[in-house]
Amino acid sequence: MIWRAGAALKEVDVWLGLTLRQMTKIGVDSVPIALFIAMFTGIVLALQASYTFTGAIPLYFVGVLVGKTMMLELGPVLTGLALAGRVGANISAELGTMKVTEQIDALETMAYPPVAYLVVPRILAGIIMFPIVTALAIGMGIGAGWLTALQLLDMSTYEFMHGLTLFFLPFDVFFAMIKATSFGFMVTSIGCFYGFQTRGGAEGVGRSTTQAVVISSMVILVLDAFWAVTLL
Amino acid sequence: MSIEIRDLHKAFGSKEVLRGFSATARDGETLVILGGSGSGKSVTLKHVVGLLDPDRGEVLVDGDRVDSLGQAELYALRRKVGYVFQFAALFDSLTVAENVGMGLQRMKEYTPADRERRVEECLDLVDLEGFGSRMPAELSGGQRKRAGIARAIATEPDYLLYDEPTTGLDPLTRAVIDRLINRMKEELRVTGIVITHDMESAFRVADRFAMIHEGRQQFEGSPEEIRETRDPVVRAFIEGRPELIEEVG
Repeated sequence: MIWRAGAALKEVDVWLGLTLRQMTKIGVDSVPIALFIAMFTGIVLALQASYTFTGAIPLYFVGVLVGKTMMLELGPVLTGLALAGRVGANISAELGTMKVTEQIDALETMAYPPVAYLVVPRILAGIIMFPIVTALAIGMGIGAGWLTALQLLDMSTYEFMHGLTLFFLPFDVFFAMIKATSFGFMVTSIGCFYGFQTRGGAEGVGRSTTQAVVISSMVILVLDAFWAVTLL
Repeated sequence: MSIEIRDLHKAFGSKEVLRGFSATARDGETLVILGGSGSGKSVTLKHVVGLLDPDRGEVLVDGDRVDSLGQAELYALRRKVGYVFQFAALFDSLTVAENVGMGLQRMKEYTPADRERRVEECLDLVDLEGFGSRMPAELSGGQRKRAGIARAIATEPDYLLYDEPTTGLDPLTRAVIDRLINRMKEELRVTGIVITHDMESAFRVADRFAMIHEGRQQFEGSPEEIRETRDPVVRAFIEGRPELIEEVG
């Protein structure tokens, strides 16, 4: 599937316009759920950090923990898992339904290469939009952590920002974006793969969709460990 | 212009669907391929446009062997062939007009204005004028079939392939679709293959018949010949009398 998608990249006139539509569907439409998850994660992180540090570690370390955890781990992984459910399931169900209702065959009979028309726009949109949604989620998580620190932990903005910037490295952002890009690539590729493999009717579509979500979620966790081992 | 199907073999796993089926659609005629459910009619049709490759045998369209064509040649061939799917296979996310115009978008000789005009023409031809802005989900079964035919003829093909065009329709809509198939042949001069197990419809559209049974050709001939045949398998099928086969043994 990935090899065929690479070969189909030369059909620019087929996938270019569709990629923009998929970027909206995969990226923009996923922003609310990603921000929702990140907001509550940021709140909980700040409260748990404060609970853990009480009396032993200066409170500005709340900013350190919220920032590092959101950037290096929870921002990319939780966004990836949420989008594996939303995007992976959507792609697999849509392509699976197209497969069993002969819409993919219809594309072929009209001289459209199905991989260029259906797969390439989704994978490209995933690669482009997952990092953007993840960046927004990280920002939301840190923002929610900061407001929690301000309102519930009696911390000042200065203290939180001091902690946030204390151990910040530009590499942290790079690390988060690398993860998000790889998650975007894998979630969309796996969704397309299972969509194209669909056989049978509604039951087959359901089976493909479940497989796409389960395998995508597992791959995200494996990739998460892989990047930690290779880049940290 | 003709479509020749020669000694076609196709198996899916251990299930042999086609075991040497042959038939020919001659220039300007409508060939009806008859056969029971699961007899390999749709599989045969998919070989004609290269959606499936044969295990053995060949399909020739205009003398070109389909399974030996490269991708560019195969796409060129597909532009000459309109395919009407059993359940229309309209794209759910596109309007009827966008569905009909899809094939035209791949043809550089059509400007956007030409495309729009051609889509209108095709919708008029299948009596769906004014339906262009509707979504496929808003159409009835018969309207979906007609939209599928409009999409198939939009690129002005030389051949039209119909996969069970009247299945699941009421008698009146079936007659409308049959009339449309005949109109396509007369007005567009296309060579057609219709696969069906609907005998009433088959006799309305057929210039010639071929019958597929147990993966092989059981019969090929004119409507008169099929009416007069004494082959019990063919008679059992067209008269809906399975006892004729059982009597033979």
